[in-house]
Amino acid sequence: MGGNSDMKLIDENGIRIDGRKVDELRPIKIEAGVLKSADGSAYVEIGKNKVLAAVYGPRECHPRHMQNPAKAIVQCKYNMISFSVSDRKRPGPDRRSVEISKLISEAMEYVVFTENYPRTSIDVYIEVLQANAGTRCAGLTAAAVALADAGIPMKDIVPAVAVGKVNDQVVLDLNKEEDNYGQADLPIAMIPRTGEVLLMQMDGHLTQAEFDKALEMGVKACHEIYELQKDALRRRYAIVNGETEEEPKEPAEDVNEEA
Amino acid sequence: MARSIVSEIKRDHIHKLIADGKRVDGRAWDQVREISVQTNVVETAEGSSRVKIGNTEVIVGVKMTVGEPFADTPNKGVLSTNAELIPMASPSFESGPPDENSIELARVVDRGIRESQMIDLEKLCIEPGKKVWINFVDIYVLDFDGNLFDACNLGAVTAIKSAIVPAKANGLGEDYPMPITCTPISVTSVQIENSILVDPTLDEEKVAAARLTVTTDDNGDLRAMQKGLSGALTLEQVKTAIETSRRLGIEIRKLIG
Amino acid sequence: MNKESMTRELVLPGDLLDAGDMKPGEGTYVHDGKIFAAMLGIKSVKSNFVNVIPLGGRYIPAPGDMIIGKVIDIGPSNWLVDIYSPYPAPLHVNEVPWRVEFGDTARYLGVGDTLLAKVLSVDETKRVQVTMKEQGLRKLQGGQIVEISHSKVPRVIGKNGSMIQMIKTYTNCRIFIGQNGRIWMDGNMEDMVHAMRAIKMIDEGAQTLKLTERVKEFLESVYRKEE
Repeated sequence: MGGNSDMKLIDENGIRIDGRKVDELRPIKIEAGVLKSADGSAYVEIGKNKVLAAVYGPRECHPRHMQNPAKAIVQCKYNMISFSVSDRKRPGPDRRSVEISKLISEAMEYVVFTENYPRTSIDVYIEVLQANAGTRCAGLTAAAVALADAGIPMKDIVPAVAVGKVNDQVVLDLNKEEDNYGQADLPIAMIPRTGEVLLMQMDGHLTQAEFDKALEMGVKACHEIYELQKDALRRRYAIVNGETEEEPKEPAEDVNEEA
Repeated sequence: MARSIVSEIKRDHIHKLIADGKRVDGRAWDQVREISVQTNVVETAEGSSRVKIGNTEVIVGVKMTVGEPFADTPNKGVLSTNAELIPMASPSFESGPPDENSIELARVVDRGIRESQMIDLEKLCIEPGKKVWINFVDIYVLDFDGNLFDACNLGAVTAIKSAIVPAKANGLGEDYPMPITCTPISVTSVQIENSILVDPTLDEEKVAAARLTVTTDDNGDLRAMQKGLSGALTLEQVKTAIETSRRLGIEIRKLIG
Repeated sequence: MNKESMTRELVLPGDLLDAGDMKPGEGTYVHDGKIFAAMLGIKSVKSNFVNVIPLGGRYIPAPGDMIIGKVIDIGPSNWLVDIYSPYPAPLHVNEVPWRVEFGDTARYLGVGDTLLAKVLSVDETKRVQVTMKEQGLRKLQGGQIVEISHSKVPRVIGKNGSMIQMIKTYTNCRIFIGQNGRIWMDGNMEDMVHAMRAIKMIDEGAQTLKLTERVKEFLESVYRKEE
């Protein structure tokens, strides 16, 4: 947070520099199943953020000492590619991405039924192709869709969004300028149906009243993003209309007899 | 580990098909998979491109900064090419610093660009001996189904061609397009059971004995080559691979414009 | 078999499946007395149980499953078999149809070999044992291997084996289907290419309807052409 509130980011009519109202999300595009090698994948655009997520697993857990005999471990790796930001970022993890990876892993571990797959690892790779504030939320949003696309058993799909404070006003889904010159940033991930909060961070300065307002805005936005996530998955697995066919269930053995 | 072991049945099947003059996906031996190129996909880069060859997909970005030239080339810009085989792209890729495969890959792509003098590096000199443009060409493999050399070459070349030198943001006058002299194109062939196949898929690569990447320029002249894998090529096969690269290079250059 | 579901409804993780008197079946979970989908799949109601039939995901071995495995490592008294699952499975020398001396395993099965085997046991931490000691289980040679999602196996087989029978009849290929999603076939090169294409069609379009007709159309078109 720059904390510099001299920069005018919201006009007299409550319109932000990118034309949005204070409680408006940036345009969002979500696609499921975009990569061939991965077991599940998703592409998410939120404003100028472009993020890819890929899921591999459940698969054998390496290194072996990380195996848990009772459940799968969920390992998310968040990374920004070198040209996703204005100053080239050296490839490889830094402290920021390690922290974000940990938080997203923990959030996802809660929704995945890890006990179904003891001793395995479910690996989620998040690559930020173009960054414009809110990449951890875009990354988590993509990761949740990719997990569902991979057929991983999970409680629900998880959306995420950041709320913040700019020019002393609470605003939804900060863009880069607002993030740079804003006064607070509050990323949230939750299960909209149950209200369970799975990721929350805050930096900057918020009063209790501002926090309450921010949370209300965030919850509402999460509901909207959740619908877009589900819509992406439904489009990917669209059932062609026509007659119904009964689901066959024959064991392979019966058909493997030599003719 | 399980993935890297090729089943004998798959190996035999590919061999039998090749003996019959066929490939698993029905292509001719000298046919490249479908290519798609999308440039300017990342606004934060000076140039960028997303390229698909069949199911292999890469994204490449060019970032430019002002820096010091190397002492032995005081009046030339600097080119630095890097490739990341990120675990997103394949179950066999692991996180960590670049391994020998990604270093070889980056160096072969770099050589094609450098040796063809695709970028006119002298035009990227701002103040001889003091200030030049440094070009970082960063390649990320997103989806791996064989033939990274050509996908990365094509990604790098199209990203460089789309790049705009950010002079204005650096207080150096108006922005201008990257100074380009030619379009180096690489075509990779593999040898399986004494046959030459271009643009191998991952399954073909796994059973290939030898590989040859040949990069040509607009005149069809050779600018870089790299033989890989532990098998040997006959001189005849080398000539076939070169002739094929030259011929397909013309088509690919047309395709990317 | 009372309430058969008549629509193929796609459900997503977290979708409410039933808040009434149905019982939670496979691919579901219960929260606050209601049944929710635990994975992406097709909702299916059978005998008052609501289930989600997966459209993807990894194969998890169950005892008795016939599978196609690939040898990935050799020990002195066992082989390690990749069964296209997160869990590799040891095959002990006592579970093969040959008498194997200690340390002589490589003479019988090598790395990269393909086997038709059966899942013998799976413990609670998913440690798997496979066996080849049963009629018909053996090393597979020649032919071709296709890998599809294990969840599409029932579709490839079809009702009472109708789909696979149709593919066998048209292509004249011998085909073995592993419950784990690996399929082995043998026949003429051309025929195998067609059989593989038909199986890929099912793999890619398993959630679409009229699949049988579409596969039949495809096979008819290629075989009519060749006559």
